[in-house]
Amino acid sequence: MAVDRLKQLAVARFGAAAEALKPDDDLFDVLGIDSLQALDLLTDLEEAFDVEIPDYEIQGVTTLGGLAAVIERHR
Amino acid sequence: MDFVGETLSWRHVEGALEVELHRAPLNEIGTTTLDELEVLAGYVRDGASGARAMILWSSRPGFCAGADLRELHAGFVERRSEQVGRLQGVVGSGPTGRVLARGLQRAARPVIRREIRSFIRRIHAVMDTLDTAPMTTIAATHGVVFGGGFELALTADLIVAEKSARFCFPELRLGIVPGFGGIPRLERDLGNALVRDLLLTGRSLNARRAHAAGLVSQVVPKGEGLAAARRIAAQAGKFDAHTTARAKSFLKPLPSSRLEEEQRLFCDLVLRPEVFEALEAFVTNDSAQPYLP
Repeated sequence: MAVDRLKQLAVARFGAAAEALKPDDDLFDVLGIDSLQALDLLTDLEEAFDVEIPDYEIQGVTTLGGLAAVIERHR
Repeated sequence: MDFVGETLSWRHVEGALEVELHRAPLNEIGTTTLDELEVLAGYVRDGASGARAMILWSSRPGFCAGADLRELHAGFVERRSEQVGRLQGVVGSGPTGRVLARGLQRAARPVIRREIRSFIRRIHAVMDTLDTAPMTTIAATHGVVFGGGFELALTADLIVAEKSARFCFPELRLGIVPGFGGIPRLERDLGNALVRDLLLTGRSLNARRAHAAGLVSQVVPKGEGLAAARRIAAQAGKFDAHTTARAKSFLKPLPSSRLEEEQRLFCDLVLRPEVFEALEAFVTNDSAQPYLP
C-alpha cells in the first residue's frame, strides 16, 4: 500500500519521528521538514514508486494520504 | 594559481581547475558572487595556468539555488527609498510631499533598469566565457539546481548529477524568465517539448529523468559527484588540448543571438510591478514549500 511505503521512506529519511505518522498527519508540522527536505522526499518517492510527479501536483499536499493519492494517479 | 573568495574558491588538482561554490545558504548568485565569477572568467580567459579541465562543484547542501532574490528585492526597495527621500528633501514630508513621492517612485526605475542591465550583461559575459572555455568543463551537481544555478550548470560541457539533484527554472512564478542565458543553453541540449514544459510550468526534474532526457551525462550516488567529475576530468585531460578546444567549439557553439534576445526579454519583464510584488511575496514567505512553483 502506498501509504505504508511512504511511511517507510519518511522513516528512512527523517528517523523515528516519522514512525508514529498517521495518513492524515501534516508532514511539515509533525516532522518539521523544510522546503529542501520536501524536495528530497519528492525525489525519494519518485524513485521508490518509479513515477514522475510534477511539483505543482504536490503543492499544498501535506499528508501521507494526500501523497499516496497523487502517486496512485501516476501509476 | 589558487584563489580563495567569499563565495567561491578554486584550486588545481591533478591538471584540473576545481571551482568550489561555498556561499551560504545555497550559493545564491548576487553581486559578490558575480564579482568573483568575473575573476574566475578572467583567469579562464588567461589560460587558467594550463588546466586541462574545469569542475564546478558545491560544498553546500545543494549546487545552487539561483539568483539572490533577497538582494534583488533589497535593491529595488533601496533605490525607491532613495528617490522618495530625495523628493521629500525638496517638498517636505507632508501630505503633498507624500503624494508626489508615491508618484515619483517611478523615478527610481531608470536607475534600477541601468543596474539590472549592467548585472545581466556582466553575468552573461561570465557565463559565455565559462561556456566556451577551451577545456572540458564538468558541473558536479546535487540537491537544488535551480534558476541561475541551473543556468551555471548548463554552461558546462557535462553535467554529473548525484541522485538528489533536481533541476528547475521557477522564474515564471516571479513574472520573469531565466536571465543568465538558461533558455538558449537549455534549447541547445533538450527537445522543445521538455524545454517548454520546464519553463511554462516551473516543475523540476530529478536526476534520473534529467539523465533520460539527455541533460545529465552520469547519475551517481549521494556524495559521489565530485569523484565522478574528477574521473571525467582525468580522462578528458589525456587528449590533445588543441583538438579538445576545436572539437568543443564545434560540438557546442554559443547560441549568441538567442542569448542577446533573452537578455532583452528579461530586462523588459523585470521592472514590472508584478515582479516586485512577487519578490515581496518571496522574501516574506516562511512556507515550507517556497521553492515549489
